[in-house]
Amino acid sequence: MITDPTGRPADTRERTGHSGTDPGGATAGSPRPPVARPPHAAPRRRRRRAHTPLDPGPSVPLTLVTGLVLVYTLLPLVWLVINATKDQEDLLDSFGLWLGKDFQLWDNISRTLTYDDGAFVRWTLNTLLYVAAGAGGATVLAVLGGYALAVYEFPGRRAVFAVVIGAVAVPGTALAVPTFLMFSGMGLANTPWAVIIPSLVSPFGLYLMWVFTAQAVPSELLEAARIDGAGELRIFFRIALPLLAPGTVTVLLFSMVATWNNYFLPLIMIKDPDWYPLTLGLNAWSAQARTAGGEPVFDLIITGSLLTIAPIVIVFLLLQRHWQSGLAAGSVKE
Amino acid sequence: MSLLPAPAKAVSPSRSRARRSALVGWGFAGPFAAVFALVFLAPIGYAFQLSLMRDRLIGGTSFVGADNYLRALSDPRFWEGSVRVGLFLLVQVPVMLGIALLVALAIDSGRLYGKAFFRVAVFLPYAVPAVVASLMWGFIYGTRFGLVGNLNEAFGLALPDPLSPSLVLASIGNVVTWEFVGYNTLIFYAALKVVPRSLYEAAAIDGAGEWRIVTAVKLPAIRSAVVIATIFSIIGSFQLFNEPNIMQNLAPNAITTDYTPNLYTYSLAFSGQQHNYAATIAIVMGVFTAVIAYAVQLRGMRKG
Repeated sequence: MITDPTGRPADTRERTGHSGTDPGGATAGSPRPPVARPPHAAPRRRRRRAHTPLDPGPSVPLTLVTGLVLVYTLLPLVWLVINATKDQEDLLDSFGLWLGKDFQLWDNISRTLTYDDGAFVRWTLNTLLYVAAGAGGATVLAVLGGYALAVYEFPGRRAVFAVVIGAVAVPGTALAVPTFLMFSGMGLANTPWAVIIPSLVSPFGLYLMWVFTAQAVPSELLEAARIDGAGELRIFFRIALPLLAPGTVTVLLFSMVATWNNYFLPLIMIKDPDWYPLTLGLNAWSAQARTAGGEPVFDLIITGSLLTIAPIVIVFLLLQRHWQSGLAAGSVKE
Repeated sequence: MSLLPAPAKAVSPSRSRARRSALVGWGFAGPFAAVFALVFLAPIGYAFQLSLMRDRLIGGTSFVGADNYLRALSDPRFWEGSVRVGLFLLVQVPVMLGIALLVALAIDSGRLYGKAFFRVAVFLPYAVPAVVASLMWGFIYGTRFGLVGNLNEAFGLALPDPLSPSLVLASIGNVVTWEFVGYNTLIFYAALKVVPRSLYEAAAIDGAGEWRIVTAVKLPAIRSAVVIATIFSIIGSFQLFNEPNIMQNLAPNAITTDYTPNLYTYSLAFSGQQHNYAATIAIVMGVFTAVIAYAVQLRGMRKG
């Protein structure tokens, strides 16, 4: 094992590297006295050549350069939060990245929730319905399907995979027109079913659960349970399902985001504003400014946007460990 | 590159056992397959059927064979949109994936202060709906109360209007890049994480520097992740719809109803009631996308 000059094994140093004890990066305000640099140039050079690729320690220039991408990523979100605190007049008059004259956030929120007879609340409830039924159902189907593909040998197994992956390449919009016509033929257009049913299929979720099952559920375990006389359903619920939990959370999370953020499907399927999800509602408010005699409600659009992204961002932050490990599983292919 | 995970080796001692396994397998996979058939396969079949017909004011629907396809191939509105998304994809996808790759390598190198914060923060835009992203950036672009207008006022600049016809494609590209950089970063980072550390040690012992390890070990190791991200980005570019559709409210003169093939399909079907022709365009685009995605996959595999 390669060790750094302090004698610690390389991999433990990585964990401590961020706490300010790293000899290369003296952290400002650290109570610890900075570790003396080697007095001679020679060992330093050797250290760099021998250890840099494996165990380099944090770098200020690299952090700054990567930080530019972070600024790019966060700037619009900061803009959104700041401007949700302004009334329409301040929006036009004050600088976009600084607060306006009055702090109107609470007033904006209450007006967003009550405008147009509480349409925003209605849209939020619709979105929650679509997410619960669509994303919840998609996760159930993906877990069952992925488990089947990984565990059972059945005719058509490879065909299922090929068709599903091929289907990803078909533009959603290519399906939109015929799906809409089919659903109107069945009397489902302009009802919540038209949004929920297509949301039930997540090819990515199926793929992820397949890979995940192949890794997380050892076939020996299933074999042993069979020998003990357990039925297939019992094996699935009692043995496999608990092992599949991290993958399931990831699929659920990504299906939730996809359904919460879906715009195109409801756009073609739903004509009645009472059944709009949040995304369509916000766009309707935005379109309103363009129509003759329509009241421009930029302040409500901005506050509504903030309210729309807040829950999903919070869920992501809370569950980050789970979805990150689930995604990592999906990238293992060898 | 093998997309197919190896199936758990089921030892099947008897034929009846295999039959049972097949039955149970389909039992588990059945619900997915049924809904999939309803919302993917049936519409594709129906679209194909529609594309061979034409509605006439007098005489109803009639079979016209390849007529709609010939019309599509010589339709300037369709071609202009296709060339536009082609241009978009040639510029936007490399920029986005390049940034994502650099950030993923930076996070993976362990050389960032606040690595965990980077990883989460850079991913956040993925959670933002395209509607909100487009509205937000649309306002920021605005010369009235957007940042561009602010900057012009504060510094006496004359920044060009990002929503003008000449710049709006780049502005849309920026929104799409913003939305998906973090997602792709995470895909690359996840792939990097499973590369065995011993490879780096071996390379370092052989005297490879950090940069050499990146080019000779890390990048080849995550090649399949890069190919998959490229394919999905290409598919996404050809499907470009949400961002231009929403920003139409802010730039109605710059973004026309046939700005991208998908916008064209949408307006044909829902404003023009030309369902047959809309289905045809959709199928042509689907085939187009599949061919290019397949070509990229082949090329990505050949080098590997």
